[in-house]
Amino acid sequence: MSGAKEIRTKIKSVQSTQKITGAMEMVAASKMRTAQSRMEATRPYAEKIRAVIGHLAHAQPEYRHSFLVEREVKRVGYIVVTSDRGLCGGLNANLFRKLLPELQHCDQQGVGVDVCPIGNKGAQFLNRLSNIRIAAQATHLGDSPHIADLIGTIKVMLDAYREGELDQIVLVYNRFVNTMTQQPTLEKVLPLPAFEDPVLDEQRYGWDYIYEPDPASVLDDLLQRYVESLVYQAVVENIASEQAARMVAMKAASDNAESLIDELQLVYNKARQAAITTELTEIVSGAAAV
Amino acid sequence: MANTMHLDIVSAEEALFGEEVEFVVARATEGELGIMPRHAPLMAKLQPGEVRVRMPGGEEQFFYVSGGMLEIQPHVVTILADTAVRAHDIDEAQAQEAKRRAEEAIRDRSSEVDYARAQTELAAAAAQLRALQSLRRKRGS
Repeated sequence: MSGAKEIRTKIKSVQSTQKITGAMEMVAASKMRTAQSRMEATRPYAEKIRAVIGHLAHAQPEYRHSFLVEREVKRVGYIVVTSDRGLCGGLNANLFRKLLPELQHCDQQGVGVDVCPIGNKGAQFLNRLSNIRIAAQATHLGDSPHIADLIGTIKVMLDAYREGELDQIVLVYNRFVNTMTQQPTLEKVLPLPAFEDPVLDEQRYGWDYIYEPDPASVLDDLLQRYVESLVYQAVVENIASEQAARMVAMKAASDNAESLIDELQLVYNKARQAAITTELTEIVSGAAAV
Repeated sequence: MANTMHLDIVSAEEALFGEEVEFVVARATEGELGIMPRHAPLMAKLQPGEVRVRMPGGEEQFFYVSGGMLEIQPHVVTILADTAVRAHDIDEAQAQEAKRRAEEAIRDRSSEVDYARAQTELAAAAAQLRALQSLRRKRGS
């Protein structure tokens, strides 16, 4: 008999694991909702800035900001947004799988790569890679990151871009599609694509702002804030993705534990039954011998 | 129509305010701006400081911004705040403490403190205090 007690202990341990995964699932579900509403809250700012920059770009066509000019790509900066913690399914692995061919491609083309990991997992992963330089990093931002925690990190990349060290900046993160789907995304941040002017055509050149102190410095500030808000949005979206992925992973784990318990229970019952049968046979044959 | 305009105050993290207002005062880099409805389109950088808002009923509200952009169109005013905080939320002790730290840092320049940063911190703390004081005056009266 394969130790009924052993099987019982095993069932107990699987049950306690199931309790943990169940709890994590519920925590992730509630955190996901918070992250989703934060995602919504960040939208008006970026939309507003986009509209204003669009107007500015059209009102001041002669002023070409370095953020808007395409140049030959000799060195690319990747801002890689990942989660701080694991146990969230294939979320980070999928992102790296998408990123790696891109990095290899750069390598083959002789294009240098700077990376800026945001989140612990990315920092660990990118540290192991050769041929790339880690320019800056930000980890342990928690579940409710503040833009202030990111500004320094982003500034390193933006300064490198301004000084011509980097010719392109790409944002890598998990886009939150819905609870079941998170899309690993590579998004070119700099140079910025041309902006659409939201103002109607007949109004378009009819008026311009009064600028204080002057258009160039206003546009500078706006563009910097816009890029920062893009990165911040990516971070917030990645958190929502992380929680969704964790929720799904933990749900799968709980279900697995359930079926494992069922199987073990069956084995246990069989073992118990076998023990009883053996005992009975022994008694009966003992009685017959007397 | 009523003599009001729409004011939006948004920070990168959330939208803080979005209502019809009568009058807005904000501190731009070139000085304080008072904005009434039908103002000419204007775009300005904001200094750390308070934003005062008068609602149609005559009630006043205060916000604290630590910098940002101000966009004015005749009937829409948008403040893109770096971090906007409702004046109520500012903990005065915290602001005092931050100010004291900043002042200390400026005095103690031999230590490896970034002078420019300390100065901006001081400006921000002073502005927070100003916002609080005006709020208190308002309540006291």
